[in-house]
Amino acid sequence: MSTSHSIKAKAFLKDGKYAEWHDATFWGVRTKRDNMAFGLDEWEQLREKASAIKRHTISHLDEYLEQFAVNAEANGAIVHWAADAAEFNKIVYGILSGHNVRKVVKSKSMLTEECEMNPYLEKRGIEVVETDLGERIIQLKGQKPSHIVMPATHLSHDEVGELFEEKGISDEIGNHDPTYLTYRARLSLRNEFLTAEAGMTGGNFGIATTGDIVVCTNEGNADMSTACPKLHIAAVGLEKIIPDYDCLAVFQRLLARSGTGQPTTTYTSHFRKARCNDGEFHIVLVDNGRSSWIADPDHWEALKCIRCGECMNTCPVYRRSGGYSYSYFIPGPIGINLGMLRNPQEHSGNVSACTLCNSCQSVCPVKIDLGDQVYKWRQKLAEYGTASKSKKMMCDTMSRAFGSESRYNTATGAAHLLNNMPHGLVHCGLNPWAEGHEMMKFPKKPFHKVFEDLEKEDKE
Amino acid sequence: MKVGLFIPCYVDAVYPEVGVACWRLLRHLGLEVDYPAGQTCCGQPMANAGFEDKAVPLARKFEEKFAGFDYIVAPSVSCVAFVRLNYERLLAGHPCATAAKAMDIVEFLHDVVRPAGPLGRFPHKVSLHNSCHGVRELGLSSPSEQHIAPFNKIKDLLSLVEGIEVVEPERKDECCGFGGMFSVEETAVSAQMGLDKLRRHIATGAEYITGPDCACLMHMAGVAKKQGLDIGFKHVVEILAAGL
Ligand code: SF4
Repeated sequence: MSTSHSIKAKAFLKDGKYAEWHDATFWGVRTKRDNMAFGLDEWEQLREKASAIKRHTISHLDEYLEQFAVNAEANGAIVHWAADAAEFNKIVYGILSGHNVRKVVKSKSMLTEECEMNPYLEKRGIEVVETDLGERIIQLKGQKPSHIVMPATHLSHDEVGELFEEKGISDEIGNHDPTYLTYRARLSLRNEFLTAEAGMTGGNFGIATTGDIVVCTNEGNADMSTACPKLHIAAVGLEKIIPDYDCLAVFQRLLARSGTGQPTTTYTSHFRKARCNDGEFHIVLVDNGRSSWIADPDHWEALKCIRCGECMNTCPVYRRSGGYSYSYFIPGPIGINLGMLRNPQEHSGNVSACTLCNSCQSVCPVKIDLGDQVYKWRQKLAEYGTASKSKKMMCDTMSRAFGSESRYNTATGAAHLLNNMPHGLVHCGLNPWAEGHEMMKFPKKPFHKVFEDLEKEDKE
Repeated sequence: MKVGLFIPCYVDAVYPEVGVACWRLLRHLGLEVDYPAGQTCCGQPMANAGFEDKAVPLARKFEEKFAGFDYIVAPSVSCVAFVRLNYERLLAGHPCATAAKAMDIVEFLHDVVRPAGPLGRFPHKVSLHNSCHGVRELGLSSPSEQHIAPFNKIKDLLSLVEGIEVVEPERKDECCGFGGMFSVEETAVSAQMGLDKLRRHIATGAEYITGPDCACLMHMAGVAKKQGLDIGFKHVVEILAAGL
C-alpha cells in the first residue's frame, strides 16, 4: 500500500539523527511564528481579512489584472502575458537575447522554478545566477529547493562549507562558521551583481491601483539585482495581484510573521519604473494553469496562497519526511494541492502524506482549507486511475462487513481468536500495521455483547 | 432528553470497557440512555481513505438507527466530526437528522449536561492527549495555532475527578500520526510520529495518557508496545467514571 511519498519518507527516516534535527529545525520556525502571532491581538482578524481580500480579488481577477496592466504601462513598464511555462520562457529569452544579455542575476522566484526557466536559458547560453543565499547554495549543489521559503535549510553548515571550498567561494579550508560563509557568499555575489547585464525578480504582490510590484526579501538581493543592471524583468503569477496598498498592509503584517517569525522582512522593495532613463522594466504576468483552477469549486482557494511556507513548518509529515519526499516542486500541504491541480496523474503519490490533522489550515495566514482539500483529492483518485487497489479492497471489505449486522457480529465476535495466532503470522509483511505497531489484544466479548449484561445489571 | 449511545466499530471490538464507562457515567448522571442494537461504523475509515461512496450505505444505516434521539453521543472525536461535517453531503437528497445531533461525549458532558459535582476518583498523574479532530474540528480546546482565549473542555471535566493531576506534553496538540488509513499507507512516518508523541507524553512523568479518541490511544499503545515503552492508556470517560 505504499505511495511515492511514503517510500521516500521511509528512506528519509532511516537516518534518525538527521530526521530528528529536521523536525526540530522546522518546529523551531513554527514556534517563532507562534510568538509573533500571539503578539498581535488582531491576528485572527487579519487572517480573516486576508482571506476575504484574496477571495474577492481572485473572483474578480480579470478586472484587477486589467487595472494593474494599464497602470503599470502608464508608469512605463512593459507588460507581457504568458499563457504557460513555455511562453513565459520564450518571452524572457526574447527580452534577454534582444539585449545581448549573457548573465542574469535573479532574486528568489518560485515561479521561475515552476516554469523551469533556468535550464531553458542556460541551454541557450545565458548564465543565471541565483542571489538569494539559500537558492545560491542549492544552485551550486545542483539541487532543487526543499522548502519554498528556506530552500537550503535541509543542509548543514558543514555541507555548505565544503561546497563553498569546492567552488572556490571560501578560501579558509575548514572554516564552516555561518557568519564567515555568508561573508564569502556576499563577496562572490557582489561580483556577479556588477557583471550581470540583467536582473530578475519574482513578485510577492502586484498592486492594481498603482501598477507596482512588491518584493519581500531578507537579504536585499532583489534591490541589488535591479539596481546594478539596467534591465529588470519581474515574473509574476496572475494570482499575485491585489487591489491596493491598504490590502498590502494586511498581507505585509502576516507574511513574514507566518513565514519566518519576523515582524517584517528586512527589505520590502517597491518597483514602479525602470531605474533610469536608459533602463527597461518588464513585467511578465504568468497564467500557467491558474485561470482554469479558478473554475474548480473544490480547489480554487489554493490560489489564495501567499507562499509563506508555514503550512510546511507546521506539517508533522513534512517535518518528518523532508521536501524531497514529494514529487511536486512545492512540498507540504500546499504543494500536495498545487501538484494535484497541475497534474493529478503525476502527483497522486503525495496525497497520502496527510493525517488530516488540519494544523495547516489552522495556521495558514490566508485560511486555505488545505486539509479539507486533501480529503477531496482522495475521493477523486479512483477517477484519475491512481487509487491504490489494495486500499480499495480493504474499504470494500470493511463496507460489506459493517453493512451487514450478521457479518459484523461474526467478525467482532471472532476477533479475539487473532490473539492466539502465532506472533510471526500476525506480524508479517502482509499486515502493514505491524510494521510500526504491536497488534492490539482483542477482548473475548465486544461491547455489544457486554451490553447485554449491562442491561440486566441496570434492571436489577 | 433521549440520548443515543454510539459505540464506533473499533471501540466495540477493541475497547468494550470504554463503552461500559460511557454507559455507567451517563446513567450515573441520571440520563435516559439507549444503545440501539445493530449499529456498526460511521463510514469514516473508508471516506478518509478516498472511498466516500462506501460510506454512504453506512450513513443511511446510522441515520436509521439514531435519527430519533435528541443527542447522539460517542467516545470518539473523529467519528463524531465525520458525522457532523460530512453526513449532510453524503445523504444529499435525503433527510439528515443525525449530523446536527452528534456530539462527542466530552463535548456533550461539558456543554449540555454540565455536571457540577465530583465525578470519579483517579489518584494518578495523567498526560492529556488533545486529539486533532477534537481540537480543530469539534473545538474541544483552543488550537495551538490560533490566537484566541485558551480553553480546554477535557481539562475542565477532568478537574471534577478526585485525586487526579493533569499535565500536557510539549507540543500539546501535535498529531500522533494515526490518521486512519494513513497508519497503514505511510507506515514509517506514522510510527515515527507515534514514537515522538509518546516520548513527549512520557517526559511529563505521567503514569497514563488520556484522550477523547480511542483511535489515537490504540495507535500509541501499539507503538509503545513495539518500542518497549511503559505508560498506561485510558479514555477520558474511563477516568471520569472511575469508581462510580
Ligand atoms: S498555503 Fe497558507 S500556510 Fe501554506 S504557504 Fe500558502 S499561505 Fe502559507
